[in-house]
Amino acid sequence: MIYWNSFSDFIAMGGYGFYVWSSFGATALIMTIEPIVVARNRKSTVARLKRQLRADARAENRNTAE
Amino acid sequence: MKDRFNLYRFASPATFYPLAGTLIPYFVALAVLFGLAGLYLGMLVAPTDFQQGEGYRIIFIHVPASWMSMFIYLVMAFWAAIGLAFNTRLSGMMTQALAPTGALMAFLSLLTGALWGKPMWGAWWVWDARLTSELILLFLYIGYMALTAAIDDARRADKAGGLLLLVGVVNVPIIYFSVKWWNTLHQGSSINLAKSSMAQTMLWSMLLMAMCFWMYSIALALMRARTIMLERERHTDWARVELSGHLTGGEQ
Amino acid sequence: MLNVIVAVVVRDLRLAMRRQSDIVSALFFFVIVVSLFPLGIGPEPDLLRKLAPGVLWVAALLATMLSLPRLFADDHRDGTLEQLALAPHPLGLVVTGKVIAHWLVSGLPLALIAPVLGLQFDLSADALIVLTGAILLGTPALSGIGAIGAALTLGVRGGGVLLSLLVLPLYIPVLIFGAGAVDATVSGLGGEGHLSLLAALTFASVGFAPWASAAALKIALE
Repeated sequence: MIYWNSFSDFIAMGGYGFYVWSSFGATALIMTIEPIVVARNRKSTVARLKRQLRADARAENRNTAE
Repeated sequence: MKDRFNLYRFASPATFYPLAGTLIPYFVALAVLFGLAGLYLGMLVAPTDFQQGEGYRIIFIHVPASWMSMFIYLVMAFWAAIGLAFNTRLSGMMTQALAPTGALMAFLSLLTGALWGKPMWGAWWVWDARLTSELILLFLYIGYMALTAAIDDARRADKAGGLLLLVGVVNVPIIYFSVKWWNTLHQGSSINLAKSSMAQTMLWSMLLMAMCFWMYSIALALMRARTIMLERERHTDWARVELSGHLTGGEQ
Repeated sequence: MLNVIVAVVVRDLRLAMRRQSDIVSALFFFVIVVSLFPLGIGPEPDLLRKLAPGVLWVAALLATMLSLPRLFADDHRDGTLEQLALAPHPLGLVVTGKVIAHWLVSGLPLALIAPVLGLQFDLSADALIVLTGAILLGTPALSGIGAIGAALTLGVRGGGVLLSLLVLPLYIPVLIFGAGAVDATVSGLGGEGHLSLLAALTFASVGFAPWASAAALKIALE
C-alpha cells in the first residue's frame, strides 16, 4: 500500500523535500498558532468581562446599601 | 412557519453561543480525522506525478487553502447580505469571525504557491492569473479587516464591512477575468499546471484535505464568534449568566 | 431627476473653484510622480516607451486617490450631507452628481495633461491619442468606485490610508484595461477592445457605485 521504499526516500521527496516540507511545516505552524492565539484572546476577553461584571455588581451593591 | 421560527431562534446569540460551544470539539475532531486520512493517502499512498515528481504533493495543501480562501469570502458575503437585508446581529459577528481565517488561507495559498512555483517554474513568484487573483483576494481581506477594526461602533462596523464585502464580491469575477486576460496577453499560455489527469488516490486525498481545512475553518470561526458575541452582548442576561457561570466554575 | 444631478454638479464645481490649489496640487503630484520614473529607471527610449502606459496609469490612480477623502468629508462636517440624506430625492442621485463633479476636477485635468507627459516617454502620436482617450474613459470609473470607499471611511480614524487600502484593489481592472489599450496600440494590435471594456467598466461603475455609496453614507450617518 505504502508508496515509499524507505523513510529517507519519504523525507527527500525525490529532491523536492525542502519545498514540500516547508509548505507542510508552514501550514502546520499556522494551524497551531492560530487556535492558540484565538484561545488566548478568548481567555483574556472573558477575564476582562468578568472583572467588569464584578465591578458593576460591587457598584450596584454599594448603591443599594446607602 | 415552525421552521422559520426555529431559524430565528438559532440566529439569536443566546441560543447560538452554547450551540457553537458544543459543536466546536466535533469540528476539531473532524478536522483532525480528515487531515490524518488525507495526509496518509496523499503523503504515503499516492504515487508520484509523472510531470512534476514528488513536488506535486504541495497541492494537497495549496489547493484546499485556495479553495477555502475563496469559499470563506463567499460565505462572508452571504452573511453580509443577510445582515444588511434582515438586520440580524449574528451575521456581522460571523463575518468578523471568518475574516482572519480567510486571510490566513489566502496567505497560505500564496506561500505554498511560491514554494511550488520555485521548483516547477524556477521562480518564487510568477504573475500567473490565479496567483495574482489570490494576492488581490488577500488585499480584499486585509481591507475588510482594516475597515472593521477602524470603526469603533460595532453595528456600523458590521454594516460598512458588509457593504464592502458585497462590493468586493461583485468585483472579484471582474478582477479575475481582467487579470486572466492581462495574463494571456502578456505571457501566452506558457504556464499550465495540473492539466494532467489526476490519479484517483490524489483526487481523494485532495478532497480529504479540503474537508480538513473546511472543518478547521468552521471550528476557528465559531471560536472567534463566541468571543465576539460575549463581548458585544455583555450587558444581556444570557451573557451575564454565562460569565458568572465561568466565575463560579472557573478559577475561583 | 437630471435637475438634482446638475444642481449638485454645479454646486460642487463652484466649491472646488474656491479651492483651486487642491486641483493644482493633485495635478502636480501626477506630473512629479510620472517624471520621477525615468530618473529611477534610466533614459533608454525603448524601455520608457514600454513602461509609459503602466506608469501613467498608476500615477493617475494615485492622483485620483488624493482628492477622494474630501469627497464627502466637507459636506459631512458642516451638516449638508445630513440635509441631503433627508431630502426627498434619492441620495444616489446626489452622489452621482458628486462623482461627476469629482471627475471634472480630478480625472479630466489628468487626461488633458497626460499627452504632454507621454511625450517625455517618447510615445508615438497614435499612442498619445489612445492614452488620452483611455484616461478620459477610465477615470470616471475611478471616481465612482472611489466614492464607495470615501463613503465607507467617512469620519473613520485613519480614513485616508484606509481608503487607499479599500479602493486600490478595486481599481485593478481599470488599470489593466487602461494601460492595456495603450500597450496594444504601441505593439500594433489596436486598442479598441480594451477601450470598449474600459467604457463598459465606466458605465457600470458610474451607474451602480453612487447607489452603493449612498447606502454607505446612510450607514455612516446613522
